[in-house]
Amino acid sequence: MKYFARKLGMLLFTLLISMSINFFLPRLMPGDPAKALMDRMEGVDAEKLESVRAAFGLDTQDSLPVQYGKYLLNTLKGDFGISLSRFPMPVSTVLASALPWTIGLMGLCTIIGFTIGTLLGIWAAWKRQTKLASFSVGFFTFIRSFPYFWLGLFLIYIFAFKLRAFPLGGAFSIDQTRDSAGWWLSVLRYGALPAFTITLSSIGSWLLMMRNNMINVLAEEYITLAIAKGLPMNRIKRIYAARNAILPSVTGFAMSFGFIVGGGLITEMVFAYPGMGYMLYQAVNAKDYPLMQAIFLIIAASVLIANFIADIAIMLLDPRVRDGAK
Amino acid sequence: MIKDFLRTLVQNRKSLTGLILLGTLIVVALIAPLIAPYPPKSDRTERTILVEEATGDPEIVSEEYPDKDIEKSVYSVTTKKTWEKTVTYFPLRSKPSKGHILGTNHAGNDLFSQLIMGTRISVFVGLATGLFVTLVSLTLALLAGYIGGVLDDIINFFTNVFLVIPGLPLMIVIGTYIPMHGVLPIILILAFTSWPYPTRVLRSQVLTLKNRDFIRASTMMGERTFFVIFREILPNMISIVMSEFFTVSLSAILAEATLEFIGVGNITVVSWGTILYWAQANGAILMGAWWWFLPPGILIALTGTAFVLVNFGIDEISNPRLRKR
Repeated sequence: MKYFARKLGMLLFTLLISMSINFFLPRLMPGDPAKALMDRMEGVDAEKLESVRAAFGLDTQDSLPVQYGKYLLNTLKGDFGISLSRFPMPVSTVLASALPWTIGLMGLCTIIGFTIGTLLGIWAAWKRQTKLASFSVGFFTFIRSFPYFWLGLFLIYIFAFKLRAFPLGGAFSIDQTRDSAGWWLSVLRYGALPAFTITLSSIGSWLLMMRNNMINVLAEEYITLAIAKGLPMNRIKRIYAARNAILPSVTGFAMSFGFIVGGGLITEMVFAYPGMGYMLYQAVNAKDYPLMQAIFLIIAASVLIANFIADIAIMLLDPRVRDGAK
Repeated sequence: MIKDFLRTLVQNRKSLTGLILLGTLIVVALIAPLIAPYPPKSDRTERTILVEEATGDPEIVSEEYPDKDIEKSVYSVTTKKTWEKTVTYFPLRSKPSKGHILGTNHAGNDLFSQLIMGTRISVFVGLATGLFVTLVSLTLALLAGYIGGVLDDIINFFTNVFLVIPGLPLMIVIGTYIPMHGVLPIILILAFTSWPYPTRVLRSQVLTLKNRDFIRASTMMGERTFFVIFREILPNMISIVMSEFFTVSLSAILAEATLEFIGVGNITVVSWGTILYWAQANGAILMGAWWWFLPPGILIALTGTAFVLVNFGIDEISNPRLRKR
């Protein structure tokens, strides 16, 4: 119980820090933050300036602590103010339109990337004397050194521009009526390339994690004993080695769900995929500060909450942590 | 200890490859202006030649004889010099050609020169951030791990808090508020978001070392804290410190390119990230201009691979199980 309370306290405090960064950043800028922001934007109109002031809580005569309190309350209620680039839409409405795309794309990719990467990792550790295995480790390490966005640009160039096999960007065909069968097919077709990019770049870390754990397990004496006993190799690989090596990967998998909202930011930007990442890209370019800050908060909150859930799950599953917590 | 470490690093094939790659990049960065064919931001070449020399014979303007031994005369030459200046503007968005082996961008700048000069910013930002963060984390780790007590609680608490706040969105939000002049702001932003992980790794290493017998022995012998830290603990942490340095540098190079690509950061600087930013902003892909957006990415990946290879070598030194049987 003490463990649970400590983790919960940590979660709440980290959320508070994230919100405070959001609150104090605009106020650290010299002068009137709203006006300073508007100076960096072109075409200022009074209505927008007022909404920026309102979004930052600068339209009142309240003292700083009162402003801070109000800001925290509003944020907890899900009121992030008004978007500047999509004026006068509330930020929360803009976010609600972007979230499903991101969750659908990233959720799927996380599962596929984990499955393929872990299976490849088992294989690469088991066959690590072979050329092919060390080549694949090298290949995915090299892929991992590319910036995500560049990998996306490269795939767009090859598959969408040269081969014309996939669309250049977007998430669905605008010729189809929404929710018709053709529309759903177009969603799959438009999503294929971004999904491939994300999966390709995530396989590497799962592969390396599983491979290194598995190599450590394979050096254990009970594996040598199992081989000496003449057990079938396949059985040793799956039940003796892989099963014992997979625990850190599973923990990583649980935690990676937190990155579903924020993990594909850059890929979405490159593919103009209308999720959180592309929204953030537009917000940055339009200097839409309220929207930008809200996106940061949502991403932070989802990572923090997923970590919390993973911690609790580990407590329930792992007797060492569970007993230590008592 | 340090000598041994370096020798093993050079003997390992992977880390040697990485070190050679990294060395080449650093050399290119240092002598960039010498190998770049044009200044990175110029869109023309100017050539001035003298077409007509001075003409006419010197003529005497005045003569004076102040003394019988002194003769003073002033001559003047009717000077007429003519120069001819030829300005050749580079073509805009041109394909690779003899004059521009990687073509030119939307402003007519030579892309090959930009790529070479960009090495400076990218490699410098990566290594500077790596060094800065490693020093900060090492200090925090030693304070927390070795001194311990309340200090450890405080440092550990904030490390855990900032560890879980996602870095990239935080960098983007901070980056859009801070005015970007030069490269210092971006180094600070990268450092601000990347210190927690190495701090945690190094702290736990300090904690394990602190309880080893040889450290205990020297504390019991009454060695000063300063001596124990610098002579006993640090030499035994060299491989993990180096590994963290390369990891941080790698992620800094990737993060810098990413920030610049999406337009957060100083887009007037010439770096690999900004080349990609302008390529994307000008629809390089839709023009099929592979020479514009492929090379910067390949160079970023090459730099990244160099760091990863060195780290592989370090891993194999410190964990013999990973070595090939």
